Amino acid sequence: MHLLRSIQKGADGVYVVGCLEGTCHYNEGNLRASERVEHVRNLLEEIGLESDRARMYNLSSGEGPTFAAYAKEMTENIRALGPNPLKKWAKV
Amino acid sequence: MIVAERKPFEEIKDMLKGYKKVLNVGCGTCVAVCLTGGEKEVEVLNAELDMARKLDENPIELGAITIERQCDREYLEALDDKVGDYEALLSMACGAGIQFLAERFPSKPVLPAVDTTFIGVNQDVGWYEERCRSCSSCVLGWTGGICPVTMCAKGVYNGPCGGTDNGNCEIHQDQPCAWFKIYERLAGQDRLDLIMEYQPIVAWKNQKPRTLMQPGYKKPEEAE
Repeated sequence: MHLLRSIQKGADGVYVVGCLEGTCHYNEGNLRASERVEHVRNLLEEIGLESDRARMYNLSSGEGPTFAAYAKEMTENIRALGPNPLKKWAKV
Repeated sequence: MIVAERKPFEEIKDMLKGYKKVLNVGCGTCVAVCLTGGEKEVEVLNAELDMARKLDENPIELGAITIERQCDREYLEALDDKVGDYEALLSMACGAGIQFLAERFPSKPVLPAVDTTFIGVNQDVGWYEERCRSCSSCVLGWTGGICPVTMCAKGVYNGPCGGTDNGNCEIHQDQPCAWFKIYERLAGQDRLDLIMEYQPIVAWKNQKPRTLMQPGYKKPEEAE
């Protein structure tokens, strides 16, 4: 719901960052999150938005440079997709 | 519980195309348990519809309310002073609830957001399986608790057909033979003699609308 809400409110993109597979402190948290992000991507396609506006990345909390690299990658991804067409409906 | 599946998004969107103000009514019982039509699912569907309609430059105003269940008038009462503002009601309850809702507000178009599918069990979160076809002639006492009407591809009532194949149904290797399972279950309980008992054929009472009047309660003609 949070992912959908952010797009609904005008965010151009949203990404979830979780631990590397197999290292989740809560065992399955990152796997469940991954299922949900995939579901949200399908919902976005369903309503006519690009599914790539929502993504999930996995890394460990010690991997600072990787985090920065993923942030850059996501930013470039969203730039390529263009702004969220729903932005004009969002109240400031 | 009753299991239902949300209709494809395009179908729901199409149903609502002539309306600008719709109330989405969720149900907190069966459809909430199977994660199809509870409070959260109402929210998700409303977000989807809101976004899709805005992309079409045709915004829709959507209300959201989830009541305990739609098959009981005492809970539908909560909607009485709310539906007036809306052009139509979108219901996420099972077919029974949707009909009660439509009956209570006959002047409002009531639209189903779900397809009611089966009576089933909860195997795990998000995984539900059919177990009962409500035939009104339950023989579970004689089949070790396994329903031949639901679980047998042919609904055979008295023992396996000739198509049982190493424990599987002849229609597919992935479909277990219900009567093989019944045999195993009864053998484990040392009640195999039950398989030799003949059960009269199913009365197929589920072919027209049924009514249940529990003894010990006021009859409709006595009630005010």
